[in-house]
Amino acid sequence: MGTRPIHNDGKEHLKRIVTRPGPFTSSAAALGLETLETLERLKVLVIGAGGLGCELLKNLALSGFKDIHVIDMDIIDVSNLNRQFLFRHADVGKPKCDVAAKFVERRVPGVKITPYYGKIQDKDENYYMQFNVIICGLDSIEARRWINATVVGMVDENNPDSYKPLIDGGTEGFKGQAKVVLPTMTSCLECQLDMHAPRVQVPLCTLATVPRQPEHCIEWAHIIAWEEERKGDMLDTDDPDHISWLYRRALNRAQEFNISGVTYSLTQGVVKNIIPAIASTNAIVAASCCNEALKIATACNPCLGNLEDEEANTYMMYTGDDGIYTFTFRHEKKDDCPVCGTLAKELNVNETNTLAEFLEDLAARPETQIKKPTIRTNDKSLYYPSPPSLEEQTRPNLLKRLTDLVEDGEEMAVTDSDGSITFKFKLVFSSK
Amino acid sequence: MTETIPPPLQPPTSKERKYDRQLRLWAATGQRALEESHILLVNSGPGVVGVETLKNLVLPGIGNFTILDDALVCEADLGVNFFLDEDSLGSSRAEQCCRLLQELNPDVSGNFIAEPTTRFLDRPDSLQPFTLILLTSPVDPTVFSRIAEHGCSTQTPVFFIHSLGFYSEFSVQLPAAFPIIDTHPDPTALNDLRILKPWPALEQLAHEFCGDLDQLDDHDHGHIPYVALLLHFVEKWKAAHGGNPPENYAEKSEYRKLIYAAQRRDNPERGEENYMEAYETALKSLNAATIRSSVRDVFEAPECKSLATDSAPFWVIANAVSQFHSKHGVLPLSGSLPDMKAQSADYVKLQTVYRAKFREDAAEILGTVRALERSLRKPNAIPGSSIDIFCKNAAHIKLVRGSTIRPMNPDGPFKWTDRAKAAATSLLDETSLFPIHVAFVAYDQFVSLSAADAGKKRFRAPGAGDETAHDETDMIALADQILSHVFKQAGQLSYSKEDLAAAKGRVYDTVREVVRAGGAELHNIAALTGGLIAQEVIKVVTEQYIPIDNTCIFDGIRSKTEVHRL
Ligand SMILES: [Zn+2]
Repeated sequence: MGTRPIHNDGKEHLKRIVTRPGPFTSSAAALGLETLETLERLKVLVIGAGGLGCELLKNLALSGFKDIHVIDMDIIDVSNLNRQFLFRHADVGKPKCDVAAKFVERRVPGVKITPYYGKIQDKDENYYMQFNVIICGLDSIEARRWINATVVGMVDENNPDSYKPLIDGGTEGFKGQAKVVLPTMTSCLECQLDMHAPRVQVPLCTLATVPRQPEHCIEWAHIIAWEEERKGDMLDTDDPDHISWLYRRALNRAQEFNISGVTYSLTQGVVKNIIPAIASTNAIVAASCCNEALKIATACNPCLGNLEDEEANTYMMYTGDDGIYTFTFRHEKKDDCPVCGTLAKELNVNETNTLAEFLEDLAARPETQIKKPTIRTNDKSLYYPSPPSLEEQTRPNLLKRLTDLVEDGEEMAVTDSDGSITFKFKLVFSSK
Repeated sequence: MTETIPPPLQPPTSKERKYDRQLRLWAATGQRALEESHILLVNSGPGVVGVETLKNLVLPGIGNFTILDDALVCEADLGVNFFLDEDSLGSSRAEQCCRLLQELNPDVSGNFIAEPTTRFLDRPDSLQPFTLILLTSPVDPTVFSRIAEHGCSTQTPVFFIHSLGFYSEFSVQLPAAFPIIDTHPDPTALNDLRILKPWPALEQLAHEFCGDLDQLDDHDHGHIPYVALLLHFVEKWKAAHGGNPPENYAEKSEYRKLIYAAQRRDNPERGEENYMEAYETALKSLNAATIRSSVRDVFEAPECKSLATDSAPFWVIANAVSQFHSKHGVLPLSGSLPDMKAQSADYVKLQTVYRAKFREDAAEILGTVRALERSLRKPNAIPGSSIDIFCKNAAHIKLVRGSTIRPMNPDGPFKWTDRAKAAATSLLDETSLFPIHVAFVAYDQFVSLSAADAGKKRFRAPGAGDETAHDETDMIALADQILSHVFKQAGQLSYSKEDLAAAKGRVYDTVREVVRAGGAELHNIAALTGGLIAQEVIKVVTEQYIPIDNTCIFDGIRSKTEVHRL
């Protein structure tokens, strides 16, 4: 064993399709046996070794890619086992990327998978520059925005190698999407942000004074009771004792207000913001992402975002709860995208709003979703959440009306909390 | 903080923790249904798509699976199938896939049968243990018919699956009547709150809330639940319109404006959230009393109209609900109340009134069901909990009429019957994926003809050898025949010569792409299709969500799916 070079010959199925052109293959594509060699040379990065990541690694390895890297910062939890099929019960507690990489390497000889256990933010442009394609299987919007801004920021017009196709997948229950970003040429993930509206936050006053739903009681326990009664204790939502404490508090409060429906499972769901996830949806979305990677890498068929077609679709949306429905369309690039656009984005704001209200608004608006940002105009600093000295200096501005701080139509720069994206906004005042 | 006895805490069981992310979708009832099922995969060809489907069913904890496949593992299998390893070479493919799938979940029981399908089918009752059958192409036409007929006569769902290169397709054969109670409607879909047909307790509560609106202080005024506001303004409207509620769109819009105008604006927010909620839901709330066509379909089904001793519980309850609807003009109340701006105590009061009415309606349905059971001499009583669940979901129930998958007929012409026109129309539509279906039908014919040539021993896929050009000619001839049948049987349709030529061109290109694949599966497309099929299997097994009716085509070049009823 190990001496037979099986897997070059074993690729019979793949070989038949990627080495000879089909009726839809671009005439510019040169397919042949060397296509397989090209595939083997390409470096692919998979971000996330969870539900999508496990599928992606398997699919890439069986699609002819041989140099695969994977980044993930999580360890394996028992609730991953219903879909993250590279992990077994004995692996609980180990880093996902290490276990996943080893498993696929063992199953598909000849494939090299290099894991990195850590955050994507640990790595710089030099690291990301080595890849030919980057595929994201993430559940966090923040991480997506960061990698998107990084990849778009790497583009150097004079260096064709600096354009890294970014393929992104996401799922929720029976639904999901897969999309291709060709940086600066097609719509980027930031352009698409309003497609993923944040969950509506229940106002604090509802939690504090007029709860009506079991979720309100849980959020109360989570946000208010914990702060009051266990100040100083770091809440760990993975600690069953902490969840039990929140559950008991929420249940007491619910009884006080005659509200029914607080359960342990609901408590966990609300506090950890759990999104339902199943193997089959991950399979669909990850395979769709890998399918685009294969088409981009070999040109054996046109990919989403295909540059030969100005009208090419870039985005596939999948819905499986009522029949099967895909909506595949071209998401247009936005001129005022804070990452890939050139213009400042116009924001309509109520002229009576204070800076604090404006900040709340920035967090809630689907097209901004920025929490705790730094805000400045050309000549003044309006608010800095850190360091403490600057925060203290700028805090009084929070209570001032926007109209007292900026001119109508004046541009301001808003930088998100990790400093990766700066948004240019132009405020237009209105009287609601 | 009031000191109460700490409530009994039931931390989740280890099974609940493992399946947490899916139990949030189909709950314990769905999980039980999965665990009680036994899926048979009749595998053939490269055999990846079926195994990928099983992977997505083993992970969520399907009870049992069996793989029927007489192939031995070859090197080409290792390059495309993840559930084989180097040690598998030369062994039974069924056995090896079963071994590596089984590893994924110790709760699942995996079995394999490594014998030819025909020999297996010849054994009496060989298909009897299975609750659902997955059948992959290529398949012998007689095997196909035997399994499809077994599915029809025993009401066992059958899936017929193709995956070739960048294309895939699967058809689902469901029982003739496949009713679904828990369809999981969009959470924003509004249930009927009976704004136009309030019952006395609700009316009374609305009066209590809105009795002297003008006297209320700003806080109370801003916390009247919007349901009470809607009711209050319907009464006002009626008083001004000879006792009639807002009827047409214009009147309903007028009614809505009335609410909008009545909010207090001399506050920092310059308006009131509860009034805005009432304004925004006004049209939906007034229209909610109209029942959906899918519910009407259930009421009008012969199974609902004429019950028999052996009628399934679904139809007995449906009949009772239909009687309720004729009598009261509304469906039984769902009992759930959306969240709305309100004081806690007021909201709970309102919730209690809705809950009580739900119980009352469900009790009436229960009474009707018991009477029906007596007159039908049914031996077993339907549990009250089933009736409650039906009432909760009554507005969104759905009946899928399963249809038989069209038989494979390698020699004679296809009978497209009532589907010919739809097929022709799809073929004339340049955006449709229907050419892929035609290409798969031609493919099935090609392989069964090739097997007949080789004395039923082996299938040969078009494009598998070096004679691609020759195979392409044969495949295009087969596709041409199929097209001529479709257009002949479609009857009157207006299209130009150019339209037809363009339609043919699209089919030919698709056929060429199929020949290019040469019978090969792309792992990716098999994985994606395995995801689609597993979702449908889960929906069918749990009887939750809505399955397709009945064929899904996937195009990996355009990254699109399309569903056709064939
Ligand atoms: Zn952009």
